[in-house]
Amino acid sequence: MAIDVSPTFKPRLPGYRFNLTGWASLAVVVAWAAVAILAPYLTPHGVGDIVDLDYFGPMSAEFPLGTDYLGRDMLSRILFGARYTVGISLAATLIACTTGVTLGMAAAVSGGWFDAALSRFLDALNSIPSKLFGLVVVAGVGSSIPVLILTLAIIYTPGSYRFARALAVNVNTMDFVTVARIRGERLGYLIGSEILPNIIGPVFADVGIRFVFIVLLLSGLSFLGLGVQPPEADWGALVRENIGGLPFGAPAVMAPSFAIASLTIAVNLLIDNLPQKIRDRSA
Amino acid sequence: MNTHLLSLLGGRLLVALFTLFVVSFVVFGATQILPGDVAEVLLGQAATPEAVAGLRSAMHLDDPAILRFFYWLGGLATGDLGTSYANNMPIAQLIGGRLKSSLQLAAATALFSVPIALALGITSAMLRGTLYDRAVTTATITVISVPEFMVATAGVLIFAVWLKWLPSLSIARNVDSFGELIRIYAMPVFTLSFVISAQMIRMTRAAVVEALNTPYVEMARLKGASRTRIVLRHALPNALGPIVNAVALSLSYLLGGVIIVETIFNYPGIAKLMVDAVSTRDLPLIQSCAMIFCFVYLLLITTADIIAILSNPKLR
Repeated sequence: MAIDVSPTFKPRLPGYRFNLTGWASLAVVVAWAAVAILAPYLTPHGVGDIVDLDYFGPMSAEFPLGTDYLGRDMLSRILFGARYTVGISLAATLIACTTGVTLGMAAAVSGGWFDAALSRFLDALNSIPSKLFGLVVVAGVGSSIPVLILTLAIIYTPGSYRFARALAVNVNTMDFVTVARIRGERLGYLIGSEILPNIIGPVFADVGIRFVFIVLLLSGLSFLGLGVQPPEADWGALVRENIGGLPFGAPAVMAPSFAIASLTIAVNLLIDNLPQKIRDRSA
Repeated sequence: MNTHLLSLLGGRLLVALFTLFVVSFVVFGATQILPGDVAEVLLGQAATPEAVAGLRSAMHLDDPAILRFFYWLGGLATGDLGTSYANNMPIAQLIGGRLKSSLQLAAATALFSVPIALALGITSAMLRGTLYDRAVTTATITVISVPEFMVATAGVLIFAVWLKWLPSLSIARNVDSFGELIRIYAMPVFTLSFVISAQMIRMTRAAVVEALNTPYVEMARLKGASRTRIVLRHALPNALGPIVNAVALSLSYLLGGVIIVETIFNYPGIAKLMVDAVSTRDLPLIQSCAMIFCFVYLLLITTADIIAILSNPKLR
């Protein structure tokens, strides 16, 4: 916030303005969310139906994104894949961030051995490369959607914890927190009503960044064949099953990748262009 | 060297050792969650109960999990990695050659990407705000936002399918000439470089920009030094610590990238070995590969931390 020296010269509602890039990226994110919810009504062909006699068909009026390795409509499969990619990632992000932020605030408020032990442990967990962690868990437990959600959540909890703790430590030194503590408020009230409202903006931005990481990791695992299992397919799995079309330059290979990229880039841009007031609302 | 600095470094190494212990616990635990008798799986359905019992005691399977954890940890520490379930070979033997291939790939990538990334990061910091800087920044954000396999497939599509300069997915084993070697390594190295350079460029640019914002750089500008001299003589020496730190950190991203790249290009490295081991559920092999990966990763991030500590003049 050091740059923002002249808020008084801005028009009314300073800092709540949303620029064009922000609107555009918000539109892309909302569109993918709508697709994930409405997928069954939007798909032009059945997801599992073999509709083309040719495989790896090119783009055409009937099949806008071509057909896959079995002759299924690629557009329908991508629209349906949005459910898995967006749904699993969102669930994992919410679990990771709720756990991480709650623990982070609790550690900052409690301090002492609780803080020290938790920080050490989660830092150690954080130094396992994320893809490797996914590989090891899938090897041990097998891959299913609940396992994927939990694994992704565990992998990204430490980062969220560290971020929230750093913010909460600053708020924790404020007078109003001291007053509330002297008043005899419990831990739940302190973190829910005193700390959280003052760090909520940056925490939201962090949720977005972690969502991008999770989408990328999920896609990577599915691409390796260790994520979402057939016959269900998220975008990473769609790339994997159609990788054989690469030598022919089939649209079925690149289209799911572009879907992933459009989502992750849009979320990143949305966070970068969030109104100042929301992004920097800390203390 | 004073005692404060030494205690900082010692503390950092202790943290690294503790982390390695927690990591090994997690790796061992994650692969032991699922119920199921390894001895029965290994011997097949026709095995007699006596044979299963014999194998169980030979493999220490009757001991509590915590004891087995320490047996396994002791084995790791003394270089005994155990035996693969899938083909009954000593794991050390399986890993040896693969590790060498992976390290070759990593070394080639580092040699190729570090100079380019540093040059791009430093020049974009020098030309901050120009079209060139914006182009580099946008490109790096884009690369960071897309999955590694997209970079790899796009590369294959452009260089192998459309331009036909390079062989596509499979790697030929017989290397006759230096030209052939370059052609084989080109795609994997190119993809990995792309992935790690993006991080390196961003961090290098940030470090140099910070150094350029200092009073002594302004002083140099006021006394009339040229832009090149300001950057090379005044800003860079002070940004060197953060830059080396950035390089070490970026190299740790190699580990994530290498898993995807070795799989997609069928490169016979340790990451491919591990992904294959996951599909055959060869647990001892997975554990060993995971520990090697975590060890290298910790080595890189600890090195990065130590360089950051050493390069901070306030701590010397």
